[in-house]
Amino acid sequence: MAPTPARAAAAAVHSLLHRTRCAPLHPLLSLHGSGDPANVAGVKPGDDELDVAIVGGGMVGLAVACALSNMPLTKHLRVAIIDSNPALKSRGYLKKDGVPDSRVSTVTPATISFFRDIGAWEHILQQRHAFFGKMQVWDYTGLGYTRYNARDVCKEYLGCVVENKVLCNSLLLRLQEQKEDIEKMIYPTRLVSLAFPSKSRQGTAGLKSPSTEADSTGHTSEALRSSNLVKLDLSDGQTLYSKLVIGADGSKSNVRQTAGIKTSGWSYPQSAIICTVEHIAENDTAWQRFLPSGPIALLPVGDNFSNIVWTMSPKEASHHKSTSPEEFLKSVNHALDFGHGPHPNSSSLDRYMERLFSGIGDTAASTQECFEVPPKAIGLISDRMAFPLSLMHSHDYVSKGLALVGDAAHTVHPLAGQGVNLGFGDAAALANVISEGVSVGADIGDLSLLSRYEKDRKAANVAMAAVLDGFQKMYSVDFGPLNVLRAAAFHGAQFISPLKKNIISYAIGDSKSPLFS
Amino acid sequence: MLHRVAPSLHRALASSTAPLRGARLLDPLLPSPHAQWCRCASAAASASYSSLPPPPPSPPQGPSRHGGGGSSTSSLNPAEVAKFASIAETWWDSQGPFKPLHLMNPARLSFIRSTLCRHFRRDPYSAKPLEGLKLIDVGCGGGILSEPLARMGATVTGIDAGDENIKIAHIHAASDPTTASIEYCCTTAEDLVKENRQFDAVISLEVIEHVDNPLEFCKSLSALTAPNGATVLSTINRSMRAYATAIIGAEYILRLLPIGTHEWSKLVTPEELVLALQRASISVEEMSGFVYNPFTQGWSLSDDISINYIAYGIKRSETPSTISQ
Repeated sequence: MAPTPARAAAAAVHSLLHRTRCAPLHPLLSLHGSGDPANVAGVKPGDDELDVAIVGGGMVGLAVACALSNMPLTKHLRVAIIDSNPALKSRGYLKKDGVPDSRVSTVTPATISFFRDIGAWEHILQQRHAFFGKMQVWDYTGLGYTRYNARDVCKEYLGCVVENKVLCNSLLLRLQEQKEDIEKMIYPTRLVSLAFPSKSRQGTAGLKSPSTEADSTGHTSEALRSSNLVKLDLSDGQTLYSKLVIGADGSKSNVRQTAGIKTSGWSYPQSAIICTVEHIAENDTAWQRFLPSGPIALLPVGDNFSNIVWTMSPKEASHHKSTSPEEFLKSVNHALDFGHGPHPNSSSLDRYMERLFSGIGDTAASTQECFEVPPKAIGLISDRMAFPLSLMHSHDYVSKGLALVGDAAHTVHPLAGQGVNLGFGDAAALANVISEGVSVGADIGDLSLLSRYEKDRKAANVAMAAVLDGFQKMYSVDFGPLNVLRAAAFHGAQFISPLKKNIISYAIGDSKSPLFS
Repeated sequence: MLHRVAPSLHRALASSTAPLRGARLLDPLLPSPHAQWCRCASAAASASYSSLPPPPPSPPQGPSRHGGGGSSTSSLNPAEVAKFASIAETWWDSQGPFKPLHLMNPARLSFIRSTLCRHFRRDPYSAKPLEGLKLIDVGCGGGILSEPLARMGATVTGIDAGDENIKIAHIHAASDPTTASIEYCCTTAEDLVKENRQFDAVISLEVIEHVDNPLEFCKSLSALTAPNGATVLSTINRSMRAYATAIIGAEYILRLLPIGTHEWSKLVTPEELVLALQRASISVEEMSGFVYNPFTQGWSLSDDISINYIAYGIKRSETPSTISQ
């Protein structure tokens, strides 16, 4: 009903009080004019207050930092990278001579265009890298093979193989170009603990406090910060505060565990051996053969070198790690050539299918190509490393003031070289979302803003992980009818041009689904 | 995106000084709205409402209510103010009763950003494009709009007639140094006009549908705007589609908003708003609609002004001219 006279009087007095309390601020505002709003309130952000703290200075963490420093709306943000890796101190190009590192990644054209956008690709071109335009996939049964060619989808290359250290270095060099104070940006320590903002911002407690005006200046900075910023404790004793923490610290992410985010997944009963081998001549094709215990991949890395990723059971992996280099080379060549089964070849049925489907769009160039034997490895020039494989997917990518990118959010089987490309996709999406947030004045740690990133990337990452997991399972069983099914799939992908083009587009990052373009 | 006013309406308004077409009698509202709102604050919208759905549009009831917090010429309605006061604590709960406003915020801010950048000739790629501008958010509530504007660099003053709202806004803004400088006052536009304050841009979103006298309200907003300054208003169109979606859909069916938030007869059509602003020396330059995508749960700007719309106008620097015939 109508407010009682007492209530109305109280309301009038209250508004009067507020008006007079507002009044003293007017001369203050007019004195400072339109100056720095932060200073008027007397609270200036300190040196330990950041906008974005990236925990983990690997490829994906550096990519986020680079993307943020490249976009006009986010380049003023105070970003820090926390990683104790000494490689982050390097400042020049890595030499092209010398043995290529065996930790390499295959970057898809989608990732290459991301790197071009942020200005880091030109640095990669100055260091060792290897584009490849052809790919051949077959299995041990000898029943079928598929060849892919970049010209099938009117591109010049299917991907580029780059050493991980070259990727990191290029991003670092680009960052250095953008920010003169890059030394201050990198914290060469480890993260010890994280404290997320407390939930007391709803204000119900604050309503009871008598003088709300005094809060903005009399409030201790500690209490203010804890309600809004994430607190990071570093191993060298420093404490940082940040609006947003990005967890880019790999599959065993400390940040993710501290935030209590659960994951799902399973370990594959497989490990991968990686090493670098040498050929007589340059290798220009990516080769992958599915063997009974896992695929072996031969990827060109530049000059006459190739990288081997050989997935097998953990027992076999430890056996192959310990054999002599000559023994190992023999088994590698055996695995790529006649080991486990004969060479596949095409038959008249394939030619018929090719003609049948040639009506839909142009025939892909690679349908005409015959099976080729991969080049022999003549020398093992690096140490063999083995690591276990698993599938992992985080239930949440974000929470208030936190976002996970790259392996911290998801890991997949390496059989299609997609892992780090998903991570770079995360980095691009997160940087874009932060930029959109800044453009509408949002708090970048706000959950509703970060959820947009999660929605965008979760769908894509889960789909890819599922496809790869499906492949892994399909190829791990040696069962007659399944073998024939797989062979049919090979023949289909090889000779049905529209299907082949869709597969290539999905794998190189051009489309979001392998079946529907 | 400016929609032209029907000539017949134009003439009708020019020739008479009668209240706007469809203007409400000074009587609201649903039976005992204040009691209803108290119930709403204490328990989430529950089945108790189903037994008593108030008939919209509401029939005139009881004596009119005048006066807000101490001002006798206020265009505000205390019952409307009370509606928001009782759920003030939930302003910043982005899943609470103010969820639709939180969802709509990015779209509204992108309109404001683009129009003000153009008006004041600012670099749209700057992170703080409104640096140095004095803005006022009339009807700021908990500060949902004021805080992003402050982050965009503006010097923001937020006013609201609800004391609870101002308190909440103050506390929330204090936690971030960029927003701690926002000046919040529990006052009305009319009172500020009396203090002769002027601002580079006056923004009043989702307020005009809650005031008793929209024409007076527009005049107050205009008086607060510096000559050649910008005014931005947003509201809900008085159309059948708005009735179906914003009132029946949002309040009764989906329970996104508490029942009684909007009253159809108090909604303002774009044509009425343009004319009211013209009378107050503000010429509307741009108008845009908002549409809600239920799948992405997001709002986006569109040409469709049949439900929600936002308008940007410029205060003319000469004395108000009469409407051209």
